[in-house]
Amino acid sequence: MIKLLQKFLNKFVRNLFKKKKHIKLGLYGPPNGGKTTLANRICQDWLGEDMGTASSIAHETREIQIKEQVNIKSKGKELSFNLVDTPGIATKIDYEEFIKQGIKEKEAKKRAKEATKGVIDSIKWLDDMDAVIVVLDATLDPYSQVNITIIGNLAARDIPVLIAANKVDLKKASIKKIESAFPQYEVVGISAKYGKNLDEFYEMLFKISG
Amino acid sequence: MVTIQFLPYSEIDQLTSIGRIRKLLNLTKENKIVVLQGRLKKEEEAELIKTTMEEINREFKGIELSVIYPEEYNNATGSLFSKMRDGMVNSLLGDRAGITVLGPASIVKAIKKDPHKLNMLTIEAESRKRKKKR
Repeated sequence: MIKLLQKFLNKFVRNLFKKKKHIKLGLYGPPNGGKTTLANRICQDWLGEDMGTASSIAHETREIQIKEQVNIKSKGKELSFNLVDTPGIATKIDYEEFIKQGIKEKEAKKRAKEATKGVIDSIKWLDDMDAVIVVLDATLDPYSQVNITIIGNLAARDIPVLIAANKVDLKKASIKKIESAFPQYEVVGISAKYGKNLDEFYEMLFKISG
Repeated sequence: MVTIQFLPYSEIDQLTSIGRIRKLLNLTKENKIVVLQGRLKKEEEAELIKTTMEEINREFKGIELSVIYPEEYNNATGSLFSKMRDGMVNSLLGDRAGITVLGPASIVKAIKKDPHKLNMLTIEAESRKRKKKR
């Protein structure tokens, strides 16, 4: 009964946002999926500027980044949102992994500490989102528990989800694997780095944002 | 040597969410691989990750976690009848359905799910010793 009431309230609040057509859109996912690359792509497309720094070393984004007032247009429709780029969610962080990537010990320890705080912040911010794009690396196994936990938590909060299967420019990428892992969600294959299939991505964004 | 501890759902059934997370994390920090009958709620899974992050230090690098959800298996392979039957069983069993496996990241390198089975890859004892010496 309480759950039903909670769902009703969530929907009610979301409908209020729908009318405003201004939402908080979150980018979630495990580290190195391409969240910041996609955030940069969206911001470049619609604002002509970058949002953050992307890197091949995991946990480059360790603080929540917000770009306010992003307006996108497609087929006569308009959507306005605050884009929230979140640190990658992980269940383990070892500073020695950063050392292996060529970072000095002191900096690696600092990075690891900041990364743990980043994960905590990402989870805390889940409640504030009106819609979420889960960015997954399409070359990796989609059945990782982090993916399942993120998507399960969004479902439990009744937050609309679009799964962006990123890095489809790579040979190993498989959109099908992601679709079969999460059959109840919209999945769109993209390459944030090269801007591949972004038109379909924006259309899907309109769809999930109401 | 790796210790695997089986935890029946009755061990966590009466605990609060914080109590459940504490119990699982404490066992993991004792370098045990925990096989829990059933699963945590989705919100508890997120809370477990959050608490893990809060407790990461020199010795404790985090956890590896995987959950087998019976409905996941049937969504992929089952017939309509088996989906309905398992849906009913799930609604009766609630969080008792499924299996949760977790272990310390210093021992468990990865848990791969396909999703019909879990493969746990552990870090060899030798490389753990070498890490400790350092």
